[in-house]
Amino acid sequence: MALLEVEDLRVAYGKIEAVKGISFTVDAGEVVTLIGTNGAGKTTTLRTLSGLLKPVTGKITFGGEVLNGVGAHKIVSMGLAHSPEGRRIFPRLSIEENLQLGAFLRKDADAVAKDIDNAYERFPILGERRRQAAGTLSGGEQQMLAMARALMSRPKLLMLDEPSMGLSPIMMQKIMSTISELKEQGTTILLVEQNAQAALSLADHGHVMETGNITLSGTGEELMHDESVRKAYLGED
Amino acid sequence: MQDLPDQLANGLALGALYGLIAIGYTMVYGIVQLINFAHGEIFMIGGFGALTAYLWLPDGTGLAVALPLMILLAVVCAVLVAIGAERFAYRPLRGGPRLSPLITAIGLSLALQQAVWAFYPDAKKARPFPQLGGSDFDLGFVTLSREDLFIFVSAPVCMLALGLFVAKTRTGRAMQATSQDPDTAKLMGVNTDRIIVMAFAIGAAFAAVAAIAQGFKTGEVNFRMGFIAGLKAFTAAVLGGIGNIYGAMVGGLVLGVAEALATAYIGDIPGLEQFGGGSWKDVWAFILLILVLLVRPQGILGERLADRA
Ligand SMILES: Nc1ncnc2c1ncn2[C@@H]1O[C@H](COP(=O)(O)OP(=O)(O)OP(=O)(O)O)[C@@H](O)[C@H]1O
Ligand SMILES: [Mg+2]
Repeated sequence: MALLEVEDLRVAYGKIEAVKGISFTVDAGEVVTLIGTNGAGKTTTLRTLSGLLKPVTGKITFGGEVLNGVGAHKIVSMGLAHSPEGRRIFPRLSIEENLQLGAFLRKDADAVAKDIDNAYERFPILGERRRQAAGTLSGGEQQMLAMARALMSRPKLLMLDEPSMGLSPIMMQKIMSTISELKEQGTTILLVEQNAQAALSLADHGHVMETGNITLSGTGEELMHDESVRKAYLGED
Repeated sequence: MQDLPDQLANGLALGALYGLIAIGYTMVYGIVQLINFAHGEIFMIGGFGALTAYLWLPDGTGLAVALPLMILLAVVCAVLVAIGAERFAYRPLRGGPRLSPLITAIGLSLALQQAVWAFYPDAKKARPFPQLGGSDFDLGFVTLSREDLFIFVSAPVCMLALGLFVAKTRTGRAMQATSQDPDTAKLMGVNTDRIIVMAFAIGAAFAAVAAIAQGFKTGEVNFRMGFIAGLKAFTAAVLGGIGNIYGAMVGGLVLGVAEALATAYIGDIPGLEQFGGGSWKDVWAFILLILVLLVRPQGILGERLADRA
């Protein structure tokens, strides 16, 4: 059985349906990417999976448990972490406090301290500035913090919403190589990206979303060579 | 002006009282962007809670025994009412139009006033509040009454406890996270509903302590006492920068000192004689508020709105 199963998910803002009945699965250990144009419903999908939005219909199963109706603050403890679009670090808390909040529900203080050290090893800049307000970090550094914070809950599934958004090419590369490192270490990832090229080259599976529907699915490899994808998302004509 | 130190002490005592009430406005606003205009009535209920405890005790109970029990019942009553208000009046409206909770707050204020008025024997008249008695403390440069001493001890204790709680504890950190970004706080596993209840409860407890201070100071409680006190405390919260707990206390102190000095000395200025004395004392607070909003709309310790984005 897949780690995450999404069946016929529909989500609406008032009368406007933003996600119109999508189904997909994520197996343990794989990287799955959702790509698509602006407003396709990718963020809405992730926010529904983490419990911030309530679906109209559809079933979400995670690790064998049904997530429908479970509060957002409980879903984290089941092993689903969400690094949201726009990073959303807590700007007036220090970097270290942001990381501690990522481990909010964990009781194993020693292991948490160790994980914080590991985060500083992975992203040395965070360690150097651990006592500073997180709002003083650059966009790319904030993205590192957001990812490190999401990892602090030791998730079974890490959801990343546009981690490369608004970053310089160098920073984007750094973030993407971090994601592939995480993949090699066996982290299961659901990745939403505008940068389709980078996302598809990392992903085991990918889904193309358009105006609330999944219009195309395949392995990362297949989608990268699909003509319509090349035209629409990889800037070829 | 040789009584300046006494007037300053008087202003600081008044200001600390406003500041304690202001904490409740500012904490709730900081977390749910809601002005709980029924907070003045929570304060009033604290006053009646304290009086009730005192009246239950046998005559001649020493204040050393009575005071802790008065504080306890005041806090319990205020906190229970605040939690009830949050749960049954405000929570159902969360996520709706901004105006609904405001209108609810006004209705709730009236309902709470009428409830005390109807059920508390003789609440219509001002009820005499027990007095601390005893002589003033003469410190040489300034004389402090025992009533002032109560607020000068309780306000710093409350502030210190709150400051440590918010900065040092896990729950305090969750509270800061919720005020900065509630959705993301939920993603961390924070039960934001519980944090909101806690903000209401802490604000109510502080208001209850302030109500006892006011009871001592004025010698009475009545079911309307929450209106002016609440309005001034709200002014203090805006003055200090709404959302900032230290700002609320600073705003309260500035307001209290300004009010005391204006009341004492404005009448001495040639041409302004008619503005002196107690009858104008409630006006200075609002003049100060207007001035600050013109010069520094984010309040004394408030950050510019742009910094919060
Ligand atoms: N809070 C909201 N209220 C109403 N409509 C919304 C809200 N958030 C998103 N929408 C609408 O839902 C649709 C899907 O938005 P969503 O943010 O999920 O898209 P997305 O695929 O993440 O886009 P992007 O690539 O720009 O991040 C859009 O039409 C958007 O306008
Ligand atoms: Mg999005």
